[in-house]
Amino acid sequence: MEASNKGIGRDKVITLINSVIEKVGAAGELSRENIYAELKDLHNIIESTRADINATRATDISGTHIPIATDELDAVVEATETATGVIMDSCDAITEYAETLDSAHKDFMLGEVTKILEACSFQDITGQRITKVVKSLKIIDEKITQLMNVLGEKLPTEVTTPEGDTRTGDERLLNGPQMPDKAITQSDIDKLLEDLF
Amino acid sequence: MSVDKNMNVLIVDDYKTMLRIIGNLLKQLGFNNVDEATDGGMALEMFKNKNYGLVISDWNMEPMSGLDLLKKVRVLPANANVPFVMITAESKTENVIAAKQAGVNNYIVKPFNAETLKTKLTSVLGEF
Repeated sequence: MEASNKGIGRDKVITLINSVIEKVGAAGELSRENIYAELKDLHNIIESTRADINATRATDISGTHIPIATDELDAVVEATETATGVIMDSCDAITEYAETLDSAHKDFMLGEVTKILEACSFQDITGQRITKVVKSLKIIDEKITQLMNVLGEKLPTEVTTPEGDTRTGDERLLNGPQMPDKAITQSDIDKLLEDLF
Repeated sequence: MSVDKNMNVLIVDDYKTMLRIIGNLLKQLGFNNVDEATDGGMALEMFKNKNYGLVISDWNMEPMSGLDLLKKVRVLPANANVPFVMITAESKTENVIAAKQAGVNNYIVKPFNAETLKTKLTSVLGEF
């Protein structure tokens, strides 16, 4: 029997199981070989499904991709919060200075500071949206873990390491901003350049 | 009757940025006694030591949400009638209805501007 995942549906599996049960019930009239053939079909379907899931490298999704995505998103929230804090510190300083000016200049500067403060609320909104995305990713992670537990020991347990990265050339160097604990500092870079030249 | 700008105002939000934005805007409007809390539970504790003339609260906070805070404030003997304004990104009709049923005085959707804040506070407190 051809066991392609595209053609396999829950209904087909149920039909096969029911067929086996019926034949077992009437075993006296049927050969053991017929029942064995039905069970082999079921086995092929299950193995094919496992192979297809294996091909998606589900362990990588749960073990690597989702943790990286959530860490990156957490870093976005932290970075925007820090940047917003700096902007608002400047607003406080400008407001304090504006108090020393004549009425017209003071009003103008306070008006502009108010616009900056209003715009800073983006940090709250983006933070909430990112938190929602992180929650969704965690749910996906849980579902994949459940699936892997069901399919069990036949799936690979090891996660692909960065050494498994198949990109080449310039593309391999493009990884975007690094997480703070993995990034090297400007002084590290300066020292490295000094050592190299 | 004019609004007493020296009244105690409590702002509640789990985002420090938003606490600071609202605090600064209130300061520009002339309110000088502004306290901050980062969730409903902390805000409720603060009611034990002080009476407030205005509460401005976010909704989506943990462990105690702004809606839960509102419901609990509405049964506090000394503060049951305190003006309570919700400022939140929750913008579904059912949210506004639930807040109204719990006794909210006004509802501002994030992001908002200073003019909206002033307008809503005026409608709650009167001209200032």
